[in-house]
Amino acid sequence: MYKSDDIIVVDGLHKYFGHIEAVKGVDLRVRRGEVVIIVGPSGSGKSTVLRCINHLEVPTHGAVYIDGVHLEDKKTDINKVRAEVGMVFQQFNLFPHLTVLENVTIAQRMVRKRSREEAQEIAMEQLRHVGIPEKADAFPRQLSGGQQQRVAIARALAMNPKIMLFDEPTSALDPEMIKEVLDVMLLLAREGMTMVVVTHEMGFARAAADRVVFMDEGRVVEVATPTELFNNPQHERTKLFLSKILGH
Amino acid sequence: MSTTETKRGKDTANDAVREFPWWLLAVIAFLVVMAVVIVTQPDFNRAFMFIKGNPGSLEDLGRGGFWAFIGQGITITIAITLIAFALALLFGLLAGLGRINRHFVPRNIAIFYIEFVRGVPTLVLIFTVAYVLVPGLAGLLGIPTGSINSAVRAIVALAVIYGAFLAEIFRAGIESIPRGQMEAARSLGMTYGQAMRHIILPQAIRNTLPALGNDFIAMLKDSSLVSVLAVRDITQQARLYAGSTFRFNESYLVLTFLYLSMTLALSLLLRVLERRLGKNV
Repeated sequence: MYKSDDIIVVDGLHKYFGHIEAVKGVDLRVRRGEVVIIVGPSGSGKSTVLRCINHLEVPTHGAVYIDGVHLEDKKTDINKVRAEVGMVFQQFNLFPHLTVLENVTIAQRMVRKRSREEAQEIAMEQLRHVGIPEKADAFPRQLSGGQQQRVAIARALAMNPKIMLFDEPTSALDPEMIKEVLDVMLLLAREGMTMVVVTHEMGFARAAADRVVFMDEGRVVEVATPTELFNNPQHERTKLFLSKILGH
Repeated sequence: MSTTETKRGKDTANDAVREFPWWLLAVIAFLVVMAVVIVTQPDFNRAFMFIKGNPGSLEDLGRGGFWAFIGQGITITIAITLIAFALALLFGLLAGLGRINRHFVPRNIAIFYIEFVRGVPTLVLIFTVAYVLVPGLAGLLGIPTGSINSAVRAIVALAVIYGAFLAEIFRAGIESIPRGQMEAARSLGMTYGQAMRHIILPQAIRNTLPALGNDFIAMLKDSSLVSVLAVRDITQQARLYAGSTFRFNESYLVLTFLYLSMTLALSLLLRVLERRLGKNV
C-alpha cells in the first residue's frame, strides 16, 4: 500500500461538499524530508487535499496514510497523528486570549504532557527559530500579521512534528510581511522538514520545492520539479494557469 | 460670528440635556423618597421591617452578623437567586454543549429540554418542577419527598427554567468563536474536550458575560415567583403582611423599592465589571 519512505500517502481521494465534488480522485505520495508545493487556481481542491492530510476534512472516498497509519480507520487515534502533523493556516488562528508564549506551550503541555518549564524552554527555542523571542509575553492582537504567522509556525514546530502543512500561509498578509514568513519556511525546508504547502508564491515554490503539484478542478494535472513545471509545462491547463500568474 | 458661537454653545447644552440619563435620576429619586418615607413613616417602617424579614434590627448587626441585619426575607431572595443561578449555569453549559454536539443523542436531549422549557409558562413550570419533577426524582433516588423543603424545590425549578435560557446564550457564545480556533487546537492534537475547555469556552464565556449578567438580574426578579411555593422570600413576606394588615400601599411599595434597589445596584455593578473585563480582551 505504501513504501516506508513515503511519510504521506494519499490514495484515490474524493471529497464531496453536498453535491459538489471538490476533489475528484487525487493520489499523492510525499517522501520523508520532501517539500511538495501544491499550486492551482482557487477552487481547484488544493486546500481540501491538504486538510484531509490531518483529517480536518474527512474524505468521502479514498484513504490517507501518515507514516503508515490509516487516518480514516476508526481505531486510529487521530489526536496522536495530529500531534505529529503541524498545520499553519491562512488566518493564523492564534488563540487571542493567550499570550504568545502560552499559545506555543498549551498543546505541548496538554498533548505532549511536558512540564511547564520544559514547554517554555522549547517554546522560546522555537520563537528564536522564527525570529521573535522578544514577543513571548505579547498578546496576538499586539503583533503584525507577519509576526502572528511566525508565532503560528513556532506553535506548530514546538510539537516536534514530522510533517508541516501550510494552507496559503501568506495570502492574508500585507505584501511587506510576506517575505519574513517565506524566509522562515525556506529555513525549515533547508533544515529537512517534510512540508506540504498550498501557496500562490511561485518564487517560493521555485526556491523551496522538490516537487510542484498543479491541481485544477479537483484533479492533479501535473507533477514535476519546479524547473520542469515552470519552464516546460506539459499540459495546456498548466500553461494557461502559469501564463496568467507569471504573465508579466 | 457671535451668533454662530452662541448657537453652537446652545447645541452642546441641548445635547447634554438630551444625553443626560434622566431615567436614572428618576429611579434614584424614587428610591430616595421611598427610603425617607420608610425611615420617617411608622406604617411604612413596620411594613419594611416585616417584609425584609425579622429580626433585622440594627442591634442584630452586632448579634447575628450581616445576614441577620439584612433580614430573613432578603437573605432568602438572594440565596435562592445565587444558588439557582449557579446551578442554572451548570445546566445551561451542559445543554449548550449538548445542543452543538455532533452526536444526535446529546443534541436531541438538549433541544428537547430547551424547547420544552421555552414552551411552558414560567409559573406553570415552577409548579410542575416543584410538585412533579422533584418528588419524582426524589422517589427514584429513594429520598423521602417530605424531607425536601420548598426552598430546595424553588431552587431546582428556577435552575431548570433558567438553564434552558442560558443554554442558548452559551450556544450563541460558542458559535461566535471562529471555526479556525477549533481547527487550530485540533490540528495540534488536542481532543475536542481540551479544545472546548481551554480554547473555545474562555473566549465564548467572555463574549457572553453581558447576556449572563442580564439573565442574573432577570432571575433575581423571577425569584419572586417562588412565593407561590410558600417560600418566605420578600414577595411572600409582602403578601403575608398585606393580607393580615390590609396595608397594600405600604406592602407593595416597599416590595417594589426592595427589588428596584437590588436590580439597580446589580446592573451598575455589572457595567463596571464589563468595562473592567472589556479592557483585557
